[in-house]
Amino acid sequence: MRLKALIPFVLFIILIAFLGKGLFLNPREVPSPLVGKPAPNFTAPILGDATKTFSNADMKGKVWMLNIWASWCAACRDEHSLLLEMRKYDLPLYGMAYKDVEQDAIDVLAKMGNPYIVTATDQDGRIGIDYGVYGVPETYLIDQSGIIRYKQIGPITPMDLREKILPLLKELNS
Amino acid sequence: MIPDIGHYALMIALIVATLQAVLPLAGLSSNNKKLFAFATPMARLQSLLIIIAFIILDYSFYINDFSILYVANTSNSNLPIIFRLAAIWGGHEGSILFWVTILAVWTLAVTFFAKELPLRFRSTLIAVMGLITVGFLLFILMTSNPFERLAFIPIDGRDLNPLLQDPGMVFHPPLLYMGYVGFSVAFAFAIAALLDGRLDVTWARWTRPWTTAAWVFLTLGIALGSRWAYYELGWGGWWFWDAVENASFMPWLIGTALIHSLAVTEKRDAFKSWTVLLSICAFSLSLLGTFIVRSGVLTSVHAFATDPSRGLFILVFLALVIGGALLLFALRAPTIGLGEKFDLLSRESLLLSNNVVLFTATGAVLLGTLYPLVIDAMGLGKISVGPPYFDVVFVAIMVPGIFLMGVGPIARWKKATVPELAGKLKWALAISIVSALLVPSVMGKLSLMIFVGLLMAFWVMSSVWVSVNTRLQAIPTGTLREKISSFGPAFNGMLLAHFGLAVFIVGVTMVKGYEQESDLVMKKGETKLINGYAFRFEGIKPLRGANYVAKQGQFYVSKDGQPVTLLTPEKRLYLAQRAVMTEASISVNPVRDIYVSLGEELEGEQKDTWSVRVYFKPFVQWIWLGCLLMGFGGILTMVDKRYRLTKVVK
Repeated sequence: MRLKALIPFVLFIILIAFLGKGLFLNPREVPSPLVGKPAPNFTAPILGDATKTFSNADMKGKVWMLNIWASWCAACRDEHSLLLEMRKYDLPLYGMAYKDVEQDAIDVLAKMGNPYIVTATDQDGRIGIDYGVYGVPETYLIDQSGIIRYKQIGPITPMDLREKILPLLKELNS
Repeated sequence: MIPDIGHYALMIALIVATLQAVLPLAGLSSNNKKLFAFATPMARLQSLLIIIAFIILDYSFYINDFSILYVANTSNSNLPIIFRLAAIWGGHEGSILFWVTILAVWTLAVTFFAKELPLRFRSTLIAVMGLITVGFLLFILMTSNPFERLAFIPIDGRDLNPLLQDPGMVFHPPLLYMGYVGFSVAFAFAIAALLDGRLDVTWARWTRPWTTAAWVFLTLGIALGSRWAYYELGWGGWWFWDAVENASFMPWLIGTALIHSLAVTEKRDAFKSWTVLLSICAFSLSLLGTFIVRSGVLTSVHAFATDPSRGLFILVFLALVIGGALLLFALRAPTIGLGEKFDLLSRESLLLSNNVVLFTATGAVLLGTLYPLVIDAMGLGKISVGPPYFDVVFVAIMVPGIFLMGVGPIARWKKATVPELAGKLKWALAISIVSALLVPSVMGKLSLMIFVGLLMAFWVMSSVWVSVNTRLQAIPTGTLREKISSFGPAFNGMLLAHFGLAVFIVGVTMVKGYEQESDLVMKKGETKLINGYAFRFEGIKPLRGANYVAKQGQFYVSKDGQPVTLLTPEKRLYLAQRAVMTEASISVNPVRDIYVSLGEELEGEQKDTWSVRVYFKPFVQWIWLGCLLMGFGGILTMVDKRYRLTKVVK
């Protein structure tokens, strides 16, 4: 066997290695430029009671989580049970109903349970633009000084929670 | 009940395909001729079973059997019947079943049309195809069962993606898959030759028509897909260097190299191991393309819902098939021998350069396609590689190749000389340069890219003419018609394909160089003058289709007071998926397309005011006309009687 004849095989093995690695990466998961930056400011009406508002400034000094969701989004429903379960951790969870019909959002929470302390509304998606939302659900973990420390694109999986969110929460609270 | 039959058919097909692969290979290693006899009947039975499964699934689409998960996900009872039948390849599971069905069709074709091959070789060939079938059937049954049932039957299906509801959907995937999968035959020929140790001129002669057939399908499939994208995606682009487009283009480039390399192997008994390697590469790239589309490792407009277990399965399959093939090649290639010698300047050397160019171009496309993945895998960040890279690199690599393409057919085998070639081609070159300067002066704009593009196109056209002329002079008597028919279809097909490429280059150059785009805001009743054409907007007409409602813009186009056409771009709302689609309206003519696409209605007081985009695309149809000519050229070469085997070759 001449070594030259092996070249295609060797090149192919290298290619396979990269493709294999690529399988476990998500090409759509673009790192958010917002991570490490202050969370964009917003003041938004609260779902079910438009006379009241919720603002990210209200949360200064606390580690909290903002979950952007919508009643029309199927992936959000997949995530819902995990969010309900997350109430047992010391992590205030706030919701943001994104481009949603108010009554639909209220109905979903009534039917499936409400994991949020408060849900704000982003009717026209302006806040979503500030936060770089390009598909719901998206979730932000924000620290005491209002800096975004983590962004989840798509539903949070138990693995994300266990391996990324909870360790980070522990670190931020210590 | 009926869907279960389909499922069982696939399971039995898996068993039969395993026998089809294992028995002849056992026969080959033990030199037991009796085992060879199993190859053909097993292959036919397996193919029949797969085709039955496919028909059953399509029948389920026809009768709207939403108890099948796949049908419920990709069809809808309001979907027009032709799209219902085509929806079978509108999602992942059906596409894979379609893939293996096409493989069954090719396998059947081999069992019927390759009867004249020696039994041993034919059986090995069929066994290799059986191995590929086994892999894909396992994939279907383990990860992507299209016959999966739903416990609760939905009232209606979720409908086919509206982008796919187009006549292009009916023809583009079948042609493309015929091409993709067709390279499996060339692959099986190469593997069988390596296993059998039989690699000579006859091998190349047997392989050629099969390879050309796959190439023709792929050419037409890609062209159709490009044309579909042109009018469906709403902004008049015809090629996007999208990962999945590249996945079909790479086998095409290698397939083109393979066709040429096979010619040398057949005629001169040279380049043998190179030809074998190309046969392996062409199909490997088809498989790689399948992996890219099915696994979601790269973002693309073609991506289906992805599932890592599927990606992993294909990757392992890919590693086994291609890795095994390349290892076999490494073991056996050095024994193949070099074949006949040729000079530094000869038709052989020119064809070899053509191969190097095509191979390099494929490498560049592969690099650009996989680069984001590689960078991501090494943790260096997220990037994307776009058309600027591909346009520049690809053109730079292809230009010398196209120059050589003009010389190749005129050069002699074995030994050619510069004075002889220069003597024949000097006028062709002069005419090309003059024409490439003349056209821009008529069009009123010249750039380097336009000049180079036109030069290449005219160069190829005039060299085709020189080829014809040289041949004509070699035949002393007879009428012109008799002379041309004496060339033989293979020669004429080659010239037609080369001419087609020139036509294609004209289209690309003219569109790139001279297209015009205007964004307008038009109020009902308003007339605007663009590029010498007057556009009068007569407002919006509501329309209702089978499964959508639409707003149709009415644009009367006229030139110098003479009416030209009525263009009716639409904005459609597909009801099942609540998806809005833009349907462009195009006025087609050999030298220019007028392309109108409807934007949004402006809000506020200005009622009946719409944003509209108008494109002028000179010579854009030549792009697909060129591909069509290339395809016909390929068909012509296949009918050459040289490839009709009449007696058993022992």
